[in-house]
Amino acid sequence: MTQSDSTASNNRSSQRLYALTWRLPIIVWQLLFFIGPLLFLIAMSFFLVKNYRMHEAFEMVNWQKMFSRAYFKDAYVFTLGMAAGATVLCSLIAFPAAFALSFKVSENTRRWAIFFLIIPFFTSYLVRTFSWYVILSESGVVNSLLQFIGLGPYTMLNTVFGTMVGYLTLTLPLVIVLQTFSMSQIDKSYIEAAYNLGCGRLRTITSVIIPLAKTGLIIGAVFCFILAFGDFVSPYYLGGSKPPTLSILIIDTTKSGQQWPRAAVVAIVMMLTLFTVAFASIAYAYRKQQR
Amino acid sequence: MRSERISGWILKAYLVVIFLFVFAPIIASVVFSFNSQRFPTIPLGSFSLEWYEKIFNDADVWTAARTSVIVALCTAVLSTCIGFATAYTDYRYQFRFKGAFLALALLPPTVPLIILALAMLAWFSKLGISGQISSIIFAHTVLCSPFAMAIIRLRLSQMDENLEAAAWNLGASQWATMRSVIVPFTRPAIIASFCLTAAVSFDEFAVAWFVSGLNKTIPVVILEIVQGNIDPQVNAIGTLVFVTSMTLVIIAQVLIMTSQKRDKIS
Repeated sequence: MTQSDSTASNNRSSQRLYALTWRLPIIVWQLLFFIGPLLFLIAMSFFLVKNYRMHEAFEMVNWQKMFSRAYFKDAYVFTLGMAAGATVLCSLIAFPAAFALSFKVSENTRRWAIFFLIIPFFTSYLVRTFSWYVILSESGVVNSLLQFIGLGPYTMLNTVFGTMVGYLTLTLPLVIVLQTFSMSQIDKSYIEAAYNLGCGRLRTITSVIIPLAKTGLIIGAVFCFILAFGDFVSPYYLGGSKPPTLSILIIDTTKSGQQWPRAAVVAIVMMLTLFTVAFASIAYAYRKQQR
Repeated sequence: MRSERISGWILKAYLVVIFLFVFAPIIASVVFSFNSQRFPTIPLGSFSLEWYEKIFNDADVWTAARTSVIVALCTAVLSTCIGFATAYTDYRYQFRFKGAFLALALLPPTVPLIILALAMLAWFSKLGISGQISSIIFAHTVLCSPFAMAIIRLRLSQMDENLEAAAWNLGASQWATMRSVIVPFTRPAIIASFCLTAAVSFDEFAVAWFVSGLNKTIPVVILEIVQGNIDPQVNAIGTLVFVTSMTLVIIAQVLIMTSQKRDKIS
């Protein structure tokens, strides 16, 4: 081996070492603490529980049990319905706000607004939910204000309304930010062209702005669905767990019943549902855009 | 033209209402924390530090605060290091399965926390490492490293692509270039990522609740108090947590903004 050969191979192996130093950490970490747990979750759904202890096995019994229970099916339908409802509601409420931020305010205002919408993401969702619990209670702030004008009191806690308020607290800021990102990037000349061609304002929104911002609107909706579908805080504290959602079912089965394998079944069904919804919507978002 | 202006005003009023909705629970929690009533309502009671006194004299809260700080600091260091390595890999290298690599790095936030919590609890029990402070740190690092990666990747994309090559041409080794070019350039993003991941870890309750065992963090203590009944202590703890997170987020935001501005000038 000549000297230049050996330096070259030396060089190559040090290049490799350098590249691997940056590539490996995330791979190792995620395999150990992300993929590992998720695969184990799948395996666990086939385990058996005897005398409050889990035994490794490969039995379908947990799947059969869960799928034959009416409360599981009810919880599934209810959770799906609530998450879908929250997605539609949140997208509709967010749209005018994102529209205003994209077209009606200065760039500086928009930047500050987005900053303020990111803040809630880093504040305790639990504390905010507890706050709503106090505000919405029978003798809380909202009912006292309504009393001044001779209305109420209304029961807002332990209702679907309460749960929705919680879901919106969680999802609205994020959805507005995502919608604003996609709408503010629309070339303003398209909108002017639409006006010049005689489009009314509503027509411009439905046939120019919405199609152009479609990807962002759908991604916002998907995130809203994922968050609402998996959340347990709002349906538990503001919705009174009547009826329980899938996430509450996971907690109850894990914490009180020691039935981890059955909780795993619920978790896997949730994951499959989320993946189906997310892939279908994102495929839809990009398919239309390419045309 | 006139209807244009009216609709503009309506939209702006709408924006104000939305922001009120988003910030109502945060503001209410701060106000209630200084309020003497046990069941806060309107009209408000008198100013009181009762709830703060209560939590300051509560040994459990102090222990939880200590655990939370340890977890947040370790998580921030680990996830910022991992996030940096991943962001640099994405910036610098093209390789087979890069799509899968990025998916592996960025997927955790799309999995509901409650599912991750159950999966990690079971996995850690199997490995015999559940119920320890380190188990919370391992779990939180999974949740936080995608954020670290995103922030640092954004900064790297602002770097002149020729900068690294120029350093090599001048004879610097890859490691030296990393040390004296890339790390200094990304430093604002590194500190920002440190602050934001610490804030995320400091607020996370679902996974911490499942895997922490007896080593409760502050959010887990809040969760347990809330499960009992209405207790305004939660508002006092919440306000302190809010101030902590807010400080971290604002430091991060200022760093990101000023580093962009400085680049524009130079």
